[in-house]
Amino acid sequence: MDHSSLATLDRDLRTSRRSFLIGAAVFGSCLVVGFSAEAEVSQVAAKPGDNPFVGYVQIAPDDSVTIYSSQMDMGQGIYHGIATLVQEELDADWSKISVVGGFGNVALYGNLLLGGVVQMTGGSSGTASSWLRYRQAGATARAMLIAAAAESWSVPAGEIKTENGFVSHPSGKSARYGALAARAASGQVPGKVGLKEPKDWKYIGNQTLPRYDSRPKSEGRQQYTIDLHERGMLTAVMIHPPLFGATLRSFEASKAKAMKGVVDVVATPRGVAVVATGMWEAIKAREVVTVEWDDEKAEKRSSSEIADEYRAAADKHGEVVASNVGDVDTAFANAPKLIEARYEFPYLAHASLEPTNAAARMNPDGTLEVWGGHQMPDLYQTVAAKVAGITPDKVILRVMKTGGGFGRRASVDSDVIVEAVATAKAIGWKAPVKVQWTREDDMRAGRYRPAFMHKMRAALDGSGNLLALRDTLVGQSISRGTVMEAALIKNGVDLLSVEGMANQPYAIPNVRVELTTTNSPVPVLWWRAVGSTHTAYALEAFMDEIAHAAGKDPVEFRLALLKDKPRHAAVLRLAAEKAGWGTPAPAGRFRGVAVAESFHSYVAQVAEISVNKSGLPRVHRVVCAIDCGVAVNPDQVRAQMEGGIGFGLGAILKSRITLDKGRIVEGNFDGYDVLRINEMPSVEVHIVKSSAPPTGVGEPGVPPIGPAVANAMFNATGKRIRILPFGDSEKS
Amino acid sequence: MRITLNGQTREIEADPDKPLLWILRDDLGLVGTKYGCGQALCGACTVHVDGQAVRACQTSIGDVIDRAVVTIEGAFGRVAEVVEASWTKLDVPQCGYCQPGQVMAAIGLLNTNRKPSDAEIDDAMSGNLCRCNTYQRIRAAIHEAARVLGA
Repeated sequence: MDHSSLATLDRDLRTSRRSFLIGAAVFGSCLVVGFSAEAEVSQVAAKPGDNPFVGYVQIAPDDSVTIYSSQMDMGQGIYHGIATLVQEELDADWSKISVVGGFGNVALYGNLLLGGVVQMTGGSSGTASSWLRYRQAGATARAMLIAAAAESWSVPAGEIKTENGFVSHPSGKSARYGALAARAASGQVPGKVGLKEPKDWKYIGNQTLPRYDSRPKSEGRQQYTIDLHERGMLTAVMIHPPLFGATLRSFEASKAKAMKGVVDVVATPRGVAVVATGMWEAIKAREVVTVEWDDEKAEKRSSSEIADEYRAAADKHGEVVASNVGDVDTAFANAPKLIEARYEFPYLAHASLEPTNAAARMNPDGTLEVWGGHQMPDLYQTVAAKVAGITPDKVILRVMKTGGGFGRRASVDSDVIVEAVATAKAIGWKAPVKVQWTREDDMRAGRYRPAFMHKMRAALDGSGNLLALRDTLVGQSISRGTVMEAALIKNGVDLLSVEGMANQPYAIPNVRVELTTTNSPVPVLWWRAVGSTHTAYALEAFMDEIAHAAGKDPVEFRLALLKDKPRHAAVLRLAAEKAGWGTPAPAGRFRGVAVAESFHSYVAQVAEISVNKSGLPRVHRVVCAIDCGVAVNPDQVRAQMEGGIGFGLGAILKSRITLDKGRIVEGNFDGYDVLRINEMPSVEVHIVKSSAPPTGVGEPGVPPIGPAVANAMFNATGKRIRILPFGDSEKS
Repeated sequence: MRITLNGQTREIEADPDKPLLWILRDDLGLVGTKYGCGQALCGACTVHVDGQAVRACQTSIGDVIDRAVVTIEGAFGRVAEVVEASWTKLDVPQCGYCQPGQVMAAIGLLNTNRKPSDAEIDDAMSGNLCRCNTYQRIRAAIHEAARVLGA
């Protein structure tokens, strides 16, 4: 497939998948006025009746219970979460439960936070989307098992109890779930099945269920896409264009093809694929392939040039206004005190430890199997079918667990899926093919958290009251030019660019958020916490600057402006209290605080730091408070906060993707440094007790850590960190 | 070339320069040892050679002739069992991809130091990246394993 047909594919997707776009409209949900996670879920899930044994829960004669998950697991623990929801109502034998990825039926698996019309894992919506659906599936399955037993024993269903995978009656009769499953599954589906009252929950909200995949993962038995060695499977490595936007002109591979283990070298719509019997053979052969690229339209700028352009844009008004409250211009014109600051954020790589990959096999019956981290399964199914020249119903997705993700496996152009299917097709479908990127490919072929700049301005009155706030954001749009565009770009504003800022929580009488969207072939994507990775930093670091200018305590200053935001205020108070805010820090240590809402969850963090010899922070302790509604698995909430804090901390301290005349400088973990164990702070997580429906935890731990550490650095050194990562700020 | 792999003698026919990592994964089907960087920068491919934790991506098969290689699949014995049990008990893994390497590094550490301090853990484990940032639990699991081994 050449590029013109890829463009056609993109157009087809835009027109044929209207439902996808409608669904995605809810994705940038922070900004959709009046949107409520709870309302969306209950509205869609108020139509039960589907047989849970079709699509959700399968019970085999040997009692094993297989749950089909609408959500893909990249380490965030959603399989465990969904299993917990089913188990709460089903009463199965926990040791016999396993979870696999479901696909291909949007009515069953559509993400309810995206309107139920697209299956996607993202936006930290997995638990919220599954909250009613999977409890309902468990409860209905249990009711059908009971009905089957009642019928077979001729006793009233109301006298039957369930426990640990058994159905029993006071008369002494009992049966294993496995023995009743076939009968139950073909029985009548009850119209309405009640769910347990929260007071009766055995598993939700407590720690009694060990994470079912901890043991295989600790023993090295968990399989990932990279581990696939299906019969005859070949390994392909890619040669991607060295510059973004360059296209393939020609390649010469005769030397490579003559090498031992090399099967073929073929063109794909995304570059050249070197196909061999194994990874090493493919990598060696790739070194001797020569490729000519057409780089006329490619990005050839360096990061410094891009930054200069962004700075100039940030000094002007933004192209479009994302939110406007009151009269900012008048407030600024009359205010006695003005503050301004510019914050600069680099491109960031996801750098998941399992480098990007996918595998494809055409079967004799005309079905195409595609293995991978299918975070957007129905999109990938459509794209794989198009590339293969078959209909989507012939595409069987094998949803693999992935070695990390952080957004990278929800690729809006289905990049590696296209590569795997196109390569297998190019060799005449003669063998299954796994496309495996090297670390360098993963670092240099995109996609990235877009680089951003924020020019923040504040106006204060003589008593230090905040009268007005203005932010001009400059950066690339994640949604522009993709299937998400129609849904996520409103009046020229990509909601993913401004989330966290356009809906900032503080009661400020005059606020204007302006946006200039830049263009570049550098491919960008959502990166754990998306827009809030930079908006929360800019807002919360700047609020600290304002509090200091106003001579007020940063916690008190924020609380006074959060009177109408009780959930923000509650986590901020809790984190401050648990961290000992207001009491002296240990000798040589300094504290900083930040609070942010993302993905409908509220997180506040207090960081406690010292400053090392190179002038960089050593973060000793982070106290984190989160309100995510009902915490289904509290230990998973803690794990995600710990992980999110480490992930965000590594990025703000050390990580950056740099362009040098268009080429990505960083290729591996030497140039692109991330957090290591010796830099991991002690993290304490406090969960607000709540009866609200569950909201996100995978991403919300990330946004507050950067500004909390930056604010602690100011308290330690009197210096504001406005250029990220911190190491670059020191150099500038 | 003859090596001892997980206690068994194996004859390997390959280019002596081929990394042990790809011999294990592609030729022998031992996929518990993971690829993460290919440059000994991430630790995902940590195995033991003669009891020492090494990176299989930067160890060629020719380097381990007549030596004893142990991978996660062959990590048996008291220390290995206790380490894996501690990992499970504290629910250390998230995505789990780095954990075979982490576990092999931790076994290597506890084989030589039965009661490592935080600083000694940091020293021994700072070459093993975890992008899920499970470091707090890794540290706790090593202390837990040390406690069980010392009891």
